[in-house]
Amino acid sequence: MTEVKSPEVSAPPAAVPDELTEQPGRWGRLRPFLPLVALVVALILPYSTLHLPGIFEGALNSPGTLQLLAVCLVFGGLAAGYDLLFGRTGMLSFGHALYFAAGVYGTDILITRAGLPLWQAAPLAIVGGTILAGLLGAVALRTVGIAFAMVTLAFAQVGAILVARDFGGLTGGEEGLPLDVAGLPDGLVGVTNTVNLYWLALAYLVVVVFVVHRVSGSPTGRVLAGLRDDERRIGVLGLDPYRFKLVAFTLAGGLASAGGVVYCLIVGGASPHITSSELTLSLLVMVVLGGPGTRWGPVLGGILYMYLDHRLVSFGTSDAVNALPAFLSRPLSQPLFVLGTVFILAVYFFPGGLASLAPRLALLRDSLRPGSRQQG
Amino acid sequence: MDAIILLTLTGLGLAALYFLVASGLSLVFGLADVLNFAHGLFLGVGAYATWWAAGNLPGAGPDGLGFVVAVAFGVAAGTLMAVLVELVLIRPLYSRTIEQVLVTVGLSLAGVALLQATWGADARPFPRPAWTREVTSIFGAQVPNGGLLLIVAATLVLGAILAFLRWTRYGLIIRAGVENREMVTALGIDVRKAFTLVFAIGGAAAALAGALGSVYFGTVSPQQGGSLLIFAFIVVVIGGMGSVVGSAYAAVAVGLLQQFVNYYGTSGLGDICVVALLAVVLLLRPQGIAGKAVTA
Amino acid sequence: MSEPVLTVENLSVRIAGLHILQGVSFTVAPTGVTVLLGRNGVGKTTTLRAVVGLTPRNGEVRGTVRMGAQSLLSQRTHRLVRGGLGYVPEDRCVFAGLTVAENLRLAERRGTRPAYDRVFALFPELDRRSRQRAGSLSGGQQQMLAIGRVLLNDNRLLLVDEPTKGLAPKVVTEVAEVLERVAESVPVLLVEQNLAVVRRLARDAVVLAAGRVAWAGDAQELLLETALTRSLLGVGSAEGHQPAGPATDQPVGSATDRVAGRRAAAASAPEDGS
Repeated sequence: MTEVKSPEVSAPPAAVPDELTEQPGRWGRLRPFLPLVALVVALILPYSTLHLPGIFEGALNSPGTLQLLAVCLVFGGLAAGYDLLFGRTGMLSFGHALYFAAGVYGTDILITRAGLPLWQAAPLAIVGGTILAGLLGAVALRTVGIAFAMVTLAFAQVGAILVARDFGGLTGGEEGLPLDVAGLPDGLVGVTNTVNLYWLALAYLVVVVFVVHRVSGSPTGRVLAGLRDDERRIGVLGLDPYRFKLVAFTLAGGLASAGGVVYCLIVGGASPHITSSELTLSLLVMVVLGGPGTRWGPVLGGILYMYLDHRLVSFGTSDAVNALPAFLSRPLSQPLFVLGTVFILAVYFFPGGLASLAPRLALLRDSLRPGSRQQG
Repeated sequence: MDAIILLTLTGLGLAALYFLVASGLSLVFGLADVLNFAHGLFLGVGAYATWWAAGNLPGAGPDGLGFVVAVAFGVAAGTLMAVLVELVLIRPLYSRTIEQVLVTVGLSLAGVALLQATWGADARPFPRPAWTREVTSIFGAQVPNGGLLLIVAATLVLGAILAFLRWTRYGLIIRAGVENREMVTALGIDVRKAFTLVFAIGGAAAALAGALGSVYFGTVSPQQGGSLLIFAFIVVVIGGMGSVVGSAYAAVAVGLLQQFVNYYGTSGLGDICVVALLAVVLLLRPQGIAGKAVTA
Repeated sequence: MSEPVLTVENLSVRIAGLHILQGVSFTVAPTGVTVLLGRNGVGKTTTLRAVVGLTPRNGEVRGTVRMGAQSLLSQRTHRLVRGGLGYVPEDRCVFAGLTVAENLRLAERRGTRPAYDRVFALFPELDRRSRQRAGSLSGGQQQMLAIGRVLLNDNRLLLVDEPTKGLAPKVVTEVAEVLERVAESVPVLLVEQNLAVVRRLARDAVVLAAGRVAWAGDAQELLLETALTRSLLGVGSAEGHQPAGPATDQPVGSATDRVAGRRAAAASAPEDGS
């Protein structure tokens, strides 16, 4: 369809009032340090006894809060890894849960069933998950677009079936498989050591962010971005899209497996719901909510999604919601209803996700200033 | 011998269920390029609307003519839901394939959660005519009537869809649009009206699958659509997107394979064989058994 | 000179960030054939598709296109076509899985009587083969079907994109004959690479180069200027196999020749790209 579009509003006006140039300037100077600030906050957090009623149930350094935060951090990393596929290469995989689950169940089975120590089980699970991603990716990438999405979905379904049917009595079936803590170092066992799991999750997030940024800044990353924009153009350059996509797919799979290892330690075991396609769909929601292909969007999306997913349960059973009529209170007590609705609205109204909000707000603020009127 | 007949017929019953879900998915994808994750929701809406009607709607009930009325109500609800989804959510995103998929993903998450909020997460017993709980003896095999009902319904739906595609003007537009949508508009036809129509057809078939599938299983639960949907996707890909006949063949292949391997092998092995079949078909013939290449 | 049937002013098309057309302006006369010429990849097809509203979604169109007094750019394709803009796309695009009769039936419109007599008078072959699947027709027959489909209704202007592409020389002549007869009753904007066909049909010519109009005027005059033709169209040189001089009169350009010429032109494209 022909669309007569106005030119994009990227070009700055010829003459800008002083107060306007200063504002983005100050913001621009601060921006590079924001992640560092966030990291410092994340590092200080476990030493704080601050109570934030309504946001967290206990003090910031209480085990419950730290565990929730650790889960959020892991999913921030998972979302960033998934964005390597979706936002940065344009691959719509519906099977990412499989490689995460490979990490979770791999670690759990190797420790609990095979009796390996963690330092052997964790690398084995990650290597296994990476190889699995490489092999399945090699088959799935023979297709493109929607067919690729369906094939990855089907492969992940096999994982879900294998786990649920409990072949060989390894996975514990529907009940899941609690982690045998005997194989773990003492520092990771017990409620008092939750803070160490938090460090582990933070380290995982930092590693994923580092890897994803390094890859997307490299020549390979530019090829991946080219694949996302127009695959044919990459083909014309004489590069093989298949290889590059397979590299991205395998790398993302490996990162997800590593996340699985950390997640397994945090929640102390494995349960079959992490193999479901719903988990992959949640990853997709996180990335889109955060802003696909942006530096920090997917991380923020992942953290926020998991936080809301946990907190909305207690919000749904809170007095404020219970006081509402049933047709409102019941849906609101379902986190997925709220998140799904927010997601749909985001696709329509904030296609760039959270990451696009800051510039939009800046634009709004600027347009409300009297100075910009005169320029118009 | 009895076991083989029984497995064949129950396998065909399963195939019938897959076909009812897959035929709509296939048409919607073939014509409008929409990978509809919300299709499982249409099934859930059909099942719950039937369940609700059997208990509450005057004239409807769990037996006889009342049951027919209840199913008709369920199918109408599923169709209405599908049409609304197309008009309100899909149409504004016309030809933005990825965004459309995302919206249907959000809808499937929110919709299932809403069913769960309204009627609870647990499976509920489904009202059904007494004869559907009984079995019919066919060549010595005791075949559940619920499965036979599914086979009959799917056969009728297949015939109706094929007749519609073959002999009506909109059927002609849909067949042409699956081949080359742009060229249909270049002949002066508003192809978007046909989009709404395929959503309606798909929604009706899925709702029927929801109602009759619940009769077959005896229960209704919010998640039931989602688990069927994945196998329906596999059927669509194997059959070739946009091909109703391809979906029918693929549904039969998948249903029988699953039933036989699950019986003679380990339970769950059949499901895995189905995915292996998908991988083999895609590697040998990326466009599926019939229908257009899946490159979109 | 009477009012032009189509006026294109300052048409710019950007697809996926690439400027394909940069301010193209030309008019199409109300009678006869106006031919749109240019090297491969210069934006001839993009121009036709922009006029009929088929620019891909990642594309951006600016400028004005008017058919009479009616502005075209903001309208949806099916409305433009119903308003009398007939479009015969590149590569024919018949519906391969449908029969010939069904292909034609798709073009029927409510409220108007389809002109089957006109179509079958031009293409008796289509009547004889009406039950055959369009995909099993020869390339020439498919082209006849693609043109016939559009002629079922009355049009104010026909856009025809490379109707002789990939056809055998004898069939090229047949297609040219048909277009000649069609152009007696309705104006045609034609994209054509075969200069023998151009010589036979075209009254006016518009030559695109580097996304702009490089030359516009009398088509026969253009063809007489061998040097000009060569520099604008890249034919007659070592890389092109189509004779451009007025001496040759035969419709040439067999499928293989043309493909070879295309490859050569495509390979040299980066040099003359803007």
